[in-house]
Amino acid sequence: MTEITVNVNGKSYTREIEPRMLLVHFIRDVLGLTGTNIGCETSVCGACTILMDGQAVKSCTQLAVQADGSDVTTIEGLASNGDLHPVQEGFWEKHGLQCGYCTPGMIMSGVDLLKNNPNPTEDEIRHGIEGNLCRCTGYHNIVKAIQYAAEKMQGGN
Amino acid sequence: MYPAKFDYYRASSVQEAIQLLQEHEDAKLLAGGHSLIPAMKLRLAQPPALIDIGRIAELRGVTQDNGSIKVGALTVHADVAASDVLQSQCPLLAEAASNVGDRQVRHKGTIGGNLAHADPASDLPAAVLALGGTIHLLGPGGSRQVAAADFFLDLLATDLHEDEVLTAIEVPAISGKTGTAYLKFEHPASGYALCGAAAVVSLNDDGTCAGASLCFNGVTATPHNASAVAAALVGKTLDDATIDQAVNANLSIADPMGDMYASGPYRVEVAKTYAKRALKAARDRA
Amino acid sequence: MGKAIGQAIKRKEDPRLITGQAKYLDDIQLPGMVYAAVLRSPYAHANIKSIDTSEAESQPGVVGVFTGKDFADLNPLPCAWQAGGVNNNANTPRTLEIDKVTFTGAGVAVVVAESRYAAEDALQYIHVDYEVLPTVVDAKKATEPGAPQLHENAPNNICMEWTCGDEAGTDKALGEADVVVKQAIRNQRLLPTPMDSRGAIGIYSPVSEDYTVYMTSQCPHIMRLLMTAFVFGMPESKMRCISPHVGGGFGTKIFLYPEYCMVAAVSKKLGGLPVKWMETRRENYVATSHGRDHVTEFEVAAKSDGTITGLKVETYANLGGILSTIAPGIPTTLYGRMLSGVYKIPNIYCKVYGTYTNTGMVDAYRGAGRPEASYLVERAVDLVAQELGMDPTEVRRKNFIPPEAFPYAPASNILNGLKYDSGNYAGALDKALELIDYKNLRKEQEEARKAGRLMGIGFSSYVEICGVAPSAWVGLNGEGWGAGLWESANVRVHLTGQVVVTTGSQPHGQGHETTMAQIAADLLGMDVADVRVEHSDTLGTPFGYGTYGSRSATVGGTAIYNSVQKIIEKAKKIGAHMLEAAPEDVTFEDGKVFVKGSPDKAKTIQEVALAAAVAYDLPAGTEPFLDDTTYYDPPNCTYPFGTHVCIVEVDKDSGHVQIKRYLAVDDVGKKINPLIVDGQIHGGVVQGVGQALWEGAMYDDNGQLVSGSLMDYALPKAHYLPMIETDSTETPSPVNPMGIKGAGEAGTIASAQAVVNAVVDALAPYGIKHIDMPLTPQKVWEAIHSNGNGGN
Repeated sequence: MTEITVNVNGKSYTREIEPRMLLVHFIRDVLGLTGTNIGCETSVCGACTILMDGQAVKSCTQLAVQADGSDVTTIEGLASNGDLHPVQEGFWEKHGLQCGYCTPGMIMSGVDLLKNNPNPTEDEIRHGIEGNLCRCTGYHNIVKAIQYAAEKMQGGN
Repeated sequence: MYPAKFDYYRASSVQEAIQLLQEHEDAKLLAGGHSLIPAMKLRLAQPPALIDIGRIAELRGVTQDNGSIKVGALTVHADVAASDVLQSQCPLLAEAASNVGDRQVRHKGTIGGNLAHADPASDLPAAVLALGGTIHLLGPGGSRQVAAADFFLDLLATDLHEDEVLTAIEVPAISGKTGTAYLKFEHPASGYALCGAAAVVSLNDDGTCAGASLCFNGVTATPHNASAVAAALVGKTLDDATIDQAVNANLSIADPMGDMYASGPYRVEVAKTYAKRALKAARDRA
Repeated sequence: MGKAIGQAIKRKEDPRLITGQAKYLDDIQLPGMVYAAVLRSPYAHANIKSIDTSEAESQPGVVGVFTGKDFADLNPLPCAWQAGGVNNNANTPRTLEIDKVTFTGAGVAVVVAESRYAAEDALQYIHVDYEVLPTVVDAKKATEPGAPQLHENAPNNICMEWTCGDEAGTDKALGEADVVVKQAIRNQRLLPTPMDSRGAIGIYSPVSEDYTVYMTSQCPHIMRLLMTAFVFGMPESKMRCISPHVGGGFGTKIFLYPEYCMVAAVSKKLGGLPVKWMETRRENYVATSHGRDHVTEFEVAAKSDGTITGLKVETYANLGGILSTIAPGIPTTLYGRMLSGVYKIPNIYCKVYGTYTNTGMVDAYRGAGRPEASYLVERAVDLVAQELGMDPTEVRRKNFIPPEAFPYAPASNILNGLKYDSGNYAGALDKALELIDYKNLRKEQEEARKAGRLMGIGFSSYVEICGVAPSAWVGLNGEGWGAGLWESANVRVHLTGQVVVTTGSQPHGQGHETTMAQIAADLLGMDVADVRVEHSDTLGTPFGYGTYGSRSATVGGTAIYNSVQKIIEKAKKIGAHMLEAAPEDVTFEDGKVFVKGSPDKAKTIQEVALAAAVAYDLPAGTEPFLDDTTYYDPPNCTYPFGTHVCIVEVDKDSGHVQIKRYLAVDDVGKKINPLIVDGQIHGGVVQGVGQALWEGAMYDDNGQLVSGSLMDYALPKAHYLPMIETDSTETPSPVNPMGIKGAGEAGTIASAQAVVNAVVDALAPYGIKHIDMPLTPQKVWEAIHSNGNGGN
């Protein structure tokens, strides 16, 4: 067992874990933050995407020990004081989700994308979420949701 | 989805990592983990020990020195792709790195891990080979440098010894009228290269070709160097027809890899197409 | 109607989904929970000689190890749709297989441990002695002499032979036709891939001797019925089934699976410990039912003016090693019966062989049978156009069933007594042509060809059968479905004025909590926010058949509609009493009861609900409370239709296909929520595009699934796709009072052939007539370079 300390959504957690534990299992099973989902075991689907030290990362492809000392943000930590993040809001406004399973990871990727590229083209959005699979929406409304958020974050409506 | 048990060691220096490698038989180095952890999740890899080198700061970053650029092994793909130094002086490496995986993968996957894993369908090996790069290795006996051309031995096999750490990749800065391009034809599921073409083209002042290099990922078990095509271009004025003709006449790839999605012979045909496109793009950028 | 139906309002369920608060199956943790991992057969065909679990039992953290013999008292899972020809040869899964396996991935043992990691660790210590047998994976080759035989009761691996239509008439039409085009096509096997794979939690109560089973199911009521009555042999009252949030289904979560039974049975063995099993993606790919997999030859007959006179089809439908719950109904009722498409084809005949092979189970996948039919018909029409040198839109137009012909019974009685409800097929095509600017598009194509670029335009005019289904038709009159297909609703207006609607259908992405609230709110003149929709738990919802076949809105929504109407009648009676008026003198509008002509003196539905609930002063003989339950059995199915257009560009040097534009003009009748309908169309279209271009499950000759992960099986990705342009026509369905036709599957049923037709059109200069899906770059490149027919 190894002791790690991870700051998740602004709260510090110190836990003894098996070194083999994946970060996504640490988040879901040890901390009980089940908003981050698992959709595959080959690092393709992106359902498990979180922000680790501010960058989008597939939490199924990190060991929890690798996150020792890191700041992690999950979908549960995105809204502040009850206000949805503009990307969350965009997904709601534009019907960017159906079953919702890919949504937390998709939203985290969208947040990461807009942080690096506040005014992306449609093509840049599509490439920006190439590491996230959605089986319901055909991506159409996800692109619109991220466009909505980009506009809102730049002071638009 | 559930890796087997292993012992975990965190190395704070390269020397410590080498020592741990010597102490633990069959131990694996863990850098970004983006080649190793997927294999462990499927239990295709069950190493008894992992030595985590991910926090060794000296292995991270891009530095310039006398016409060459050194990229620390732990530099992640996103940082390689975004490096000002590489974008201006070795854009081929940055372009290839920007093609690896997806944005999440590029945030954690490292250039050293990628090259040490030597997946033939990855994006970096052909670029490093086309650039004439050098791999820096450090082991108990000290450091050694291996040319990229000698580093990739076979499918998932390199000249990296079991007790060595890959510390850096060194590539030359481009100079004069040189253009480069990396173009990928990707597998729709994995995003890996069915064929990735890395091209370097240098022009003389009169517009003729001073030198060229053309290498492929994804087609063969190790990156393929199409030196005959490159040789055929030297001294010529590189109009489209000349490039097409040089590729058609000189590109021959033995033992191409195939799978259910794209056969070996088909990949060779794609390689021809992508060779032409990559060479033309490199020429236009020179 | 009022103000809620037809509004593109934001979904009520979204806040919990976008904040990570929704609980999917794997999110549920219960005290004392233990975790199951299933050992699956590495062989596609083998006898199980023995299984030694002793070493696994002694591994750290292991709570128990079980094999099929431990559950020998449980019956095999039932086959609930025994289409014509399935007679005493329905071989189905057991909770864990005991004697033999017929596909790679069949469960043979289970480890239960204190953690999922520990359970996984112990799997390798179970030792199974297999006698490996020869394999066959192709639906047609399985029927040939010398093929390995999977089941004693199915000679030549034939599970069923099913026909519909008029063979003699069709042969005559083929004989007399000006042209006959013959084509072999494959509709490849697909891995449905909901992002949330399957899982289940079983909890047995040793005190009350009953079970609670959480499961990723599209129809928890059916699961309870099948598990109790057929597998466990006990009353339904002994089991409660709950579907928590379910992350997509696309058909694969309709079926009863062995693991659902296993977690319940294992919990009992362990004295009531909650047992969770959650599928990995690899397991999802080998052990969850697949879709499609047809090997078909067809002949289409036409006059030289493009009038189609006959269609003859022979299909080998791969059903896998054993039968999934409703497998036989998919390539029969939902396929053969829709082979007239949107056309007046006077003679049709279809023969289907359902065959066993050493592959995973095949059952309904989004569209289920109808995409196969629509793909075939729309390829046939394009082949006729190509053969005659006609524009593909003209051949379509010439053969459309005209609007005045509805209700229309397709020829040769292939629809077995049902009739298409309503349609205006030319209207949808016209709108599509206008929106896509067809004339200029053909000019653009000509110019592109001159410039050496391969541009293609593909059409798909489709009709589907939705809103399944009249019980007597699907069950009694020869379709073989083992029960009814009505749907239930309960509507209650509570004392506080809030409405609770319960439905027997089960949302897993479709937005029932919003659309069903819209129906009730609209009719009751209330805010959508004041209507809560409850579902997915056999405790607290009336029996219902669940969600599939685009039936929730058409059948389930109509049940709600009918209940609300009955509540309004009761409210009028009580309201009249409150107003001291005669019931026949009052009306109900905008949520209020008032005497006709005197709207200023009204009782709101909330006031009436309070009066009904407290019951201090009700009209004589009136029961308290505004509460009604409806069991609605539709008189017919519904038949959405439309025209889709796809524009592609093919890279002739690599064979790569790029979709430049995609337009969908759909007629789903009246829309309850256009935002949700559009979302269904977008997603449906892209699933069909995925089939056309990328997706394909591949087995090798040994029955190993070589496309067994998302690294190998290509789901559509964002950067491969354009925006999906949508528009609609509106032809209300006369089948139900709201005029809705259903929208869940339309996109998928329409789209694959639009893409394939576009690619074949792009390659027309090379004389190519057909390429089988998926249109991988290699296949397209080879077709170009072989200068001929790229099909099999």
